[in-house]
Amino acid sequence: MERKEWPLWEVFVRSRNGLDHKHCGSVHAPDARLALQVARDVYTRRQEGVSIWVVQADHIVASDPDAKPELFDPAEDKIYRHPTFYKLPDEVNHM
Amino acid sequence: MYTQALDLPQQNPEGRPPSLAENPAWQAEFDAKIDAGGFIEPKDWMPEAYRKTLVRQISQHAHSEIVGMLPEGNWISRAPTLKRKAILLAKVQDEGGHGLYLYAAAETLGVSRDKLTDALLSGRAKYSSIFNYPTLSWADVGVIGWLVDGAAIMNQIPLCKCSYGPYARAMVRICKEESFHQRQGFDALLQLMQGTEAQREMVQDAVNRWWWPSIMMFGPHDSDSTHTGQNTRWGIKRISNDDLRQKFIDATVKQAEVLGVTLPDPELKWNEQRGHYDFGRIDWEEFWNVVNGHGQCNVDRLAARRKAWDDGAWVREAAMAHADKAARRAQAAA
Ligand SMILES: [Fe+2]
Ligand SMILES: [Fe+2]
Repeated sequence: MERKEWPLWEVFVRSRNGLDHKHCGSVHAPDARLALQVARDVYTRRQEGVSIWVVQADHIVASDPDAKPELFDPAEDKIYRHPTFYKLPDEVNHM
Repeated sequence: MYTQALDLPQQNPEGRPPSLAENPAWQAEFDAKIDAGGFIEPKDWMPEAYRKTLVRQISQHAHSEIVGMLPEGNWISRAPTLKRKAILLAKVQDEGGHGLYLYAAAETLGVSRDKLTDALLSGRAKYSSIFNYPTLSWADVGVIGWLVDGAAIMNQIPLCKCSYGPYARAMVRICKEESFHQRQGFDALLQLMQGTEAQREMVQDAVNRWWWPSIMMFGPHDSDSTHTGQNTRWGIKRISNDDLRQKFIDATVKQAEVLGVTLPDPELKWNEQRGHYDFGRIDWEEFWNVVNGHGQCNVDRLAARRKAWDDGAWVREAAMAHADKAARRAQAAA
């Protein structure tokens, strides 16, 4: 019998307050409520988190790896965007 | 646990060398990334043979974790104390979690969970041969933690640096949890060894039965494993089967002494020249027999997984029907 597979959800966990949510894997669940429940059981059995986000995997829009050069290379030669580009006199170089 | 080197010819009917014709420029970029010790991520271009090898290895690994819940699960209801029961429940739950991390990693390669499950239930997919041995006494649970999870740790640590990002990350998570598995096993055995003569005999009996299967977990000798070269080139395999096995044996001898048990190999002795322990001949006939479906528990294990899948079908269907209905209602109300 053809069966509909439970959708895939991506799981993000904030390990403690003050830190960002970080992607940690995915789970299958029929809806958002169960996705949270399953994510808790699968990814936080040892207090690895204080908050969980789940996002249905279909809803994530990702950049194309083949577009990496045009997306990210333009930043490569803009070294003046980094503080280390500026050589200041020794007395004030810790600025 | 649990991974086993299953890079074996019998298991690999679809394995083929990477097709360099697929796209020479992408292939070169892929090779450069691997050579630089970099990671390949899900949407990156990869040779089809690399993808297939990973799907096979990661899913076999996932199946092993899931089937691996059965031999120890067998003792949850008969654990000798509430403390040991809570520990064993947590351990078996971890193994289920490991299976799920790994299925999720395999799915990033474009294969569906249902297809992977079907491969296991239909008997097409392999899982670690170690789980086709029965757990006859409570001491088996301790010995599995000590030796089987111990061997798994040796196998798994190098995989934390494997070239496929999602697999490597799943392995980091798994390795963090495995240490608990091994230590709780050793701890349970220590306690038995401080008990009665009968309890000590029970531990020795379990060690006698699990020692050889444990060292078979590292897979065939390097001279007999066909895919090691390619998998090393791809950064999937970092240390050879024989090297890992030797490392495990060297580490375990001392632990056996502390425990006060004898490892059942009369040829096991320190070789000053090699700086390693020598050990006896492994019975590969038995290994292949179990891998190819004729171990003591192969039939039971698959039957248990099939029953779990079939018995859970109505839950999966009802939950999905409920979610669909709720979504329709929300849409109608909007
Ligand atoms: Fe595991
Ligand atoms: Fe384990």
